[in-house]
Amino acid sequence: MSIIRGKVWTFGDDIDTDAIIPARYLTTTDMAELAVHLMEDADPSFPQKVSPGDLIVAGKNFGCGSSREHAPLALKGAGISCVIAENFARIFYRNAINIGLPILESAEAAAALQEGEVVEVDLQNGVIQDSSGRKYTAVPFPPFMQEIMARGGLINYVREKVKQGE
Amino acid sequence: MGHTMAEKILAKASGKKYLSPGDLVNARIDMALGNDITAPVAIQEFNKIGVDAVFDRERIALIPDHFTPNKDIQTAQQVKIMREFARHFNIEHYYEVGRMGIEHALLPELGLVLPGEVVIGADSHTCTYGALGAFATGVGSTDLAAVMATGELWFKVPPTIRIVFEGVKPPEITGKDLVLYTIGQLGVDGARYCALEFTGPVIRHLDMDGRFTVSNMAIEAGGKVGLIAPDQVTMEYLQGRNKRPFNPVESDEDAPVQQEYRWDVSNLEPQVAAPFSPANVKPVSQLAGTPIDQVVIGSCTNGRMEDLRQAAALLQGKRVHPRVRLIVIPATQAIYLQAMREGLLEIFVEAQGAVSTPTCGPCLGGHMGILAEGEVSLATTNRNFVGRMGHPKSGVYLSSPAVAAASAVAGEIVHPGKVGEVK
Repeated sequence: MSIIRGKVWTFGDDIDTDAIIPARYLTTTDMAELAVHLMEDADPSFPQKVSPGDLIVAGKNFGCGSSREHAPLALKGAGISCVIAENFARIFYRNAINIGLPILESAEAAAALQEGEVVEVDLQNGVIQDSSGRKYTAVPFPPFMQEIMARGGLINYVREKVKQGE
Repeated sequence: MGHTMAEKILAKASGKKYLSPGDLVNARIDMALGNDITAPVAIQEFNKIGVDAVFDRERIALIPDHFTPNKDIQTAQQVKIMREFARHFNIEHYYEVGRMGIEHALLPELGLVLPGEVVIGADSHTCTYGALGAFATGVGSTDLAAVMATGELWFKVPPTIRIVFEGVKPPEITGKDLVLYTIGQLGVDGARYCALEFTGPVIRHLDMDGRFTVSNMAIEAGGKVGLIAPDQVTMEYLQGRNKRPFNPVESDEDAPVQQEYRWDVSNLEPQVAAPFSPANVKPVSQLAGTPIDQVVIGSCTNGRMEDLRQAAALLQGKRVHPRVRLIVIPATQAIYLQAMREGLLEIFVEAQGAVSTPTCGPCLGGHMGILAEGEVSLATTNRNFVGRMGHPKSGVYLSSPAVAAASAVAGEIVHPGKVGEVK
């Protein structure tokens, strides 16, 4: 996994999946179509403002509520390169790992990073560097989850397992 | 040292003797569920795995309930994907309009989710089956795809938070009030990654419908599961219903838990969650007088028989306030039929309420009762996030069926005792 460089968009605590992608748009599975409405109830201009490679930085319990995988899919569809939060709601955490959307948990970075600043993220080592050069280390993932992430998601992981079983 | 229900069920399903919180396991799945929003994504991912069969055609349930009966061409296409997949793999439990119900009311009703089992659903309210003592948890579509192919899934063993309800429950206090109070106390992330276990004399005296409501909203506090140990009430409910044999599991008395809360509910008032968080919970008296435009009675949280009976008892011989639209949605076809036989549907219609076929519809702002800008709904549903039931500038209050029915008559949020007797 490479080094990510991108601009930060900040959000608060308890960003629910209805805020990330409202249910009225869940009539498609296409991530590009979903991305057109990303975060629009929280900030109607967000889909126009965000650019591929940007990062989202949020507080605690990011992605709470509905299990809709359309939420991480919409983030991926908009080209969000990484979501950094103090912590994530459980189902969103699973979904992000399963579909290969990079996420990092760091309370320090979540509190310190400012909207608009450009940060650098070393996903392999979980190190986030802000615009002043200050570094933050994210909570490491258990080896099993790293394995899923290294294969690009759960489907690739299962496909390999199924092949080995044959 | 003893073990919790969550640890014991996962240990059995993963072939381990004991498990402790934090352990990562691969568990066998007894039942896997998807709906018309989540299954199409799961099917797309399943097709990438490259297997030519599902793991067990009798242990997958596909239920189109969110946007059904199909609300537009796009949703009709989504359901078509599910239907064709179900036919292709000869999925035993696919339920079409006219035979379906809201998934979390339908599966228990059909005896397809049982004590001691591990159940996953690509829907966050899968935790409902915890009321039967099943380790049932919401996952995403990709997880569902992996399970449909392999019958297994990875889990991190959760620590348990035990909630003990003590005292004597007043008649107007329902499962909904107990769980809203819990969420209000814990916050929307108070049980994040944890198993919630509900117990105590008040839970023991609660009927199954009330228990389903309690377990259903465990996710609103961030909980992974909302467990209730099986007892006599559970066994009576399962009598003649269970489709498979099962092994009930309960926590050992000395099982270590992360936290325990003991709450005496003898003087608890009915609880209401105000916009825009299910944890923004207040006693009904603090919100009394709030004008409302719409009342929804239904959903996977509160669309069961006891819910409809409580609502009907308050609406009998009365009229919905002229300013209010009342929408009643029995959660399954069987509940609909039973409510018809008991004369409840007549009471709702005579009160000038609209009765709908089973659907999740308005709960998630899908269809069948969408709010306009500035409108306010009081609903027996489970979430009141920004824009949940429609316009981003509308609002939703969450309550029990009793508070909802009474408020529909009053035209504003009211204690049910002000309108009639709560049975």
